[in-house]
Amino acid sequence: MKLKFTRRTFIKRAIYALLSLEVVYIFYSLLGKKKDGDVVDGWFDAGNINFFENNKVYPFGSAHFYLSRLEDGGMLAISIHCTHLGCAVQFNQNKDRFVCPCHASAFNKHGEVLSPPATRALDIFPISIRDNKVLVNINNPIRRDKYEASQLTYV
Amino acid sequence: MNTAGHSKAITKLLLHLHPNKVDEQSIKFTRTFGLGGVAALLFVILFITGMLLRFAYVPSVKEAYDSIIELQNNVVFGQLLRNLHYWSGMGLVLVSFLHVIRVFYSQSIYYERRKNWIYGLLMMFLVLFSNFTGYLLPWDQLAFWAVTIMTNMLSYIPFIGDALADMVRGGDEVTEITLLRFYHFHTGLLPLLMVFLMSIHFWLVRKSKGVTVQTSEKREMVPTHPNLLYKEIVVALIVIVALFLFSMLVNAPLQDKANPLISPNPSKAPWYFMGFQELLLHIHPGFGIFVIPLLVTAFLVYIPYMKYTDLKVGVWFNSDKGKKLTLITFVFAVLLTLVVIVTSEYFLDLRDWMPQVPVLISTGLLLLLLYMVPAAAYLYYIKSKFDAAKIDIVMAMFTILITAYIVMTIVGSLLRGEGMHLFA
Ligand code: HEM
Ligand code: FES
Repeated sequence: MKLKFTRRTFIKRAIYALLSLEVVYIFYSLLGKKKDGDVVDGWFDAGNINFFENNKVYPFGSAHFYLSRLEDGGMLAISIHCTHLGCAVQFNQNKDRFVCPCHASAFNKHGEVLSPPATRALDIFPISIRDNKVLVNINNPIRRDKYEASQLTYV
Repeated sequence: MNTAGHSKAITKLLLHLHPNKVDEQSIKFTRTFGLGGVAALLFVILFITGMLLRFAYVPSVKEAYDSIIELQNNVVFGQLLRNLHYWSGMGLVLVSFLHVIRVFYSQSIYYERRKNWIYGLLMMFLVLFSNFTGYLLPWDQLAFWAVTIMTNMLSYIPFIGDALADMVRGGDEVTEITLLRFYHFHTGLLPLLMVFLMSIHFWLVRKSKGVTVQTSEKREMVPTHPNLLYKEIVVALIVIVALFLFSMLVNAPLQDKANPLISPNPSKAPWYFMGFQELLLHIHPGFGIFVIPLLVTAFLVYIPYMKYTDLKVGVWFNSDKGKKLTLITFVFAVLLTLVVIVTSEYFLDLRDWMPQVPVLISTGLLLLLLYMVPAAAYLYYIKSKFDAAKIDIVMAMFTILITAYIVMTIVGSLLRGEGMHLFA
């Protein structure tokens, strides 16, 4: 096939290209994300800080996170969505870890990967403490590769 | 004003899909196995049952599941209607796949049929996409988690993956927006596109003077009516009866209502994507989702545009040698795929063995090479031992790809149980 480029074909192709771009653009903006980033700032009230004992994990199913309070009182709000393909992880009390029912990934109480196929630590949500209440920003999951001490929230 | 020319307009239109006379060879059942025709028939059945389902189905998170229950329990023949749609949907995936294999091995995709191969691939994609969008609609646990897994697979595509997955779902989770979106794709845009593409597909078949025949053998033209027509009617009736019987005996699955907090163990993609999911258990997602599908698609598209010296259009497997080679290649590919699956499952831990190497190399490239090197060695072997021509090599590559996918599909859907462990 030889590329012929006359004025006529050039104009034709330009029109086709423009039209396709328009269609793609319309489609893209129709399908594009409905909620934009931080607009909604939903702070979920998880309850009084004194309720949460150290070294325990509390499920908040409806809000899609686990509140993990570590030995030293630091807190993490850990997303239930497995970083492999998005199944809901369960906290296994006996084994003291999060396990994913789909392809058996496991995570520790910091959300770090203990066994693959997941490669990334579980997402976390920002925590803020006001009037002794633990508030979790459930609309803004934070992606992270691994756990770092700076992610903890203290009273 | 019903002049002879205008009466029975619909019958005549349908008859005009065919020429007046057809080659006798082309209407032998073993030429096409009726696969294209059966696919078209299944599409028509899907269209009719789908349109009826729309009257019962409510596309919302609150009511979708209940509307299906209502349909099954309180509508006369409601369960049967749903079963018919479900099983013809699954049937269409299977039949389209076999159809692709048929046209490939009977050397029917070259020269003037190139374009139709491309349209065919496009339709195969649309069939999968149709089935997948329909899969979500009942909004049960099976549907919800299959779609969660599949859309999350998209997000592993480099650079655009996350945006693409969010765009397909309309957010970062599968929600009502996703449901509505899938519903409109499934019952609006996709059927429309399919009708359009099918028309082009049929027209191009006629433009190429019908299905391929062996030019070396004697050719005789016979009238379409009744020679071809009766055969078509018999096949269609058999398919319809079989479909109804099957749908009366086996119900389409329906699990509990979707619960975003509890994933069933194991959670699996729909069966036709299980090959993909299996691949992903072994290889880095960047390869599994992106590199490999891209290479395979490019290869498939490019096949009819390569230059061959010894191409025999319409001859099954191109020659007797080709037939033998295909059989050997099939056995080889089954063994190789199984060996690589078992090795990677039980003996390989590339990530831990070489922690300083990026995972894209260790669990990606290296694993791919683990498969490609023996495959390439095999191709080289048949080239020197059997003096295989280029077309034979291309056929062997195609055979390896198809076989690998089939084996992975079977392993993934049948041999994996809880936690996706082998033989669990
Ligand atoms: C041509 C027009 C079509 C229409 C109007 C249509 C309509 C529908 C509707 C309303 C549903 C929801 C009801 C239900 O889930 O049972 C549905 C489900 C489904 N559709 Fe379609 N459909 C069409 C074509 C197709 C095609 C071409 C395929 C596959 C290749 C397909 C496969 C499915 C599947 C697998 C389901 C899920 C069935 C179930 O679980 O019950 N449909 N369709
Ligand atoms: S989704 Fe959790 S391991 Fe695959």
